[in-house]
Amino acid sequence: MTELPLSTERRLGLVIDLDTCVGCHACVVSCKGWNTENYGAPLSDQSAYSGAGSGTFLNRVHSYEVQPDNGAAQLVHFPKSCLHCQDAPCVTVCPTGASYKRAEDGIVLVNESACIGCGLCAWACPYGAREMDAAAKVMKKCTLCVDRIYNENLPEVDRVPACVRTCPAGARHFGDFADPDSAVSILSAERGGMDLMPEMGTRPTNKYLPPRPRDQLQETDILAPYLAPVTDEPKGFLGWLDRTLSALPKGPL
Amino acid sequence: MHPAPSVILFTTFSGLGFGMLFWLGLGMPAPTGLVAFVFFALAYALAVGGLIASTFHLGHPERALRAFTQWRTSWLSREAWASVATLMVMAAYGAGLVFAATRIAALGLIGAALAMATVAVTSMIYAQLRTVPRWHHWSTPALLVIYSLAGGALMTGQVRYAMPLLVLAGLAQVSAWMSGDKRLAESGTTLATATGLGGRGAVRAFEPPHTGPNYLLREMVHVVGRKHANRLRLIGLVLGFALPVLLLALPFAGHWLALAAVLSHIAGVLATRWLFFAEAEHVVGLYYGKR
Repeated sequence: MTELPLSTERRLGLVIDLDTCVGCHACVVSCKGWNTENYGAPLSDQSAYSGAGSGTFLNRVHSYEVQPDNGAAQLVHFPKSCLHCQDAPCVTVCPTGASYKRAEDGIVLVNESACIGCGLCAWACPYGAREMDAAAKVMKKCTLCVDRIYNENLPEVDRVPACVRTCPAGARHFGDFADPDSAVSILSAERGGMDLMPEMGTRPTNKYLPPRPRDQLQETDILAPYLAPVTDEPKGFLGWLDRTLSALPKGPL
Repeated sequence: MHPAPSVILFTTFSGLGFGMLFWLGLGMPAPTGLVAFVFFALAYALAVGGLIASTFHLGHPERALRAFTQWRTSWLSREAWASVATLMVMAAYGAGLVFAATRIAALGLIGAALAMATVAVTSMIYAQLRTVPRWHHWSTPALLVIYSLAGGALMTGQVRYAMPLLVLAGLAQVSAWMSGDKRLAESGTTLATATGLGGRGAVRAFEPPHTGPNYLLREMVHVVGRKHANRLRLIGLVLGFALPVLLLALPFAGHWLALAAVLSHIAGVLATRWLFFAEAEHVVGLYYGKR
């Protein structure tokens, strides 16, 4: 049913730490691996070994350069997957009821056997979280590894989404945002967890932790400013060249 | 957005078909017998043909009947209901004219109202999308309804109404282009809000997540051909509105000139509809440093 639940018992989601992510794409690979073999249709590739390969992924890592007014530019690696929004526009636009948000834990899922592959949900998502699989012709999206997190056949340590389990930097955290005492709630509160495109009114569940301010480049030696410069003006041949070129019309500028 | 031929054909021809049904429902004209049959056959061919074209872009058209289930939230589902309701009511009304030479006026009025409601509901599929600021505006349903009214009047030979409506549609289109060109900037959504990093400095897409194209780029970041936008806009205005009005205004009007006006109008609408999709910027493009 494409009517959104008024509230969900739990709000399962991810905290993604932009300060810690090293941009290794391990989460992309583990996501593709797990979700190709498990929930729903496999994530297909087209012409994977040609120069123009293309495929379905539920998680992608962008990299951005942030240039502050003062100081050095900073590179921020930016993993992006479904944010399991509380006001998920992808769910309400679905004409068939294939897209739905679970009342018990807030996970947004696609019932692939009811999906007509119209693509309207992907149009409605501002984050590019949904991709139509070119082989199965149904919409694919992050399931928050719903087939891992409740899976009692797995050791307890593995009952988290594949991307979280694999992240070597510890940049991804999984938990329940409805519980104010959960690790993700505390982490998000302490580090200023933010929403992407809040103006879209989607109320995302997943939170992004902003990068911490970087150290400023300091003088290497506190006495350095007191040392006389080795040379002010070029001497000898270079000095003559400098004076001669400066004397020419149009120089020095 | 990717200007898929199926969706361009769908919105163009079903718009014309439902526009024809609107005027036929009003009894303008109210032919009977064989003439009525030709009018209704053409209207149904356009409306139903457009709807069938729209199923071509579905991954699983065999499940299309499921699209009737979610009318409470989905404009696409409401469109399915509105179009079927219109076609049923107008079929009964048309049968009266064709087979019994009887015009059931009330049924026609209901059908006319349903026909325009269908066009409006179709346009809401686009206008509802916040993610495409150019479409997310009242002018989108207004424009598509005026297009349908003008095209329907032209196709049913309502010259008195077609001329002012065609002029109005052209003006509405120009105003929609002028305000639409600014709407992405006015929406306030930028790479800064998309990444949440705007407060720290100027954000620039440094490295994309994948080296090849993907579904998102193909479907929602269509930039090919935008450089021809201005020329296409002019072609759309001239063929879609100026030339048909000119042809209708000629003192020696006849069937052949009317046919030329209709064909010119259809070509013009196809051009503007191509632009409707090709020029629409989806905010997901921002994540890729594109628009």
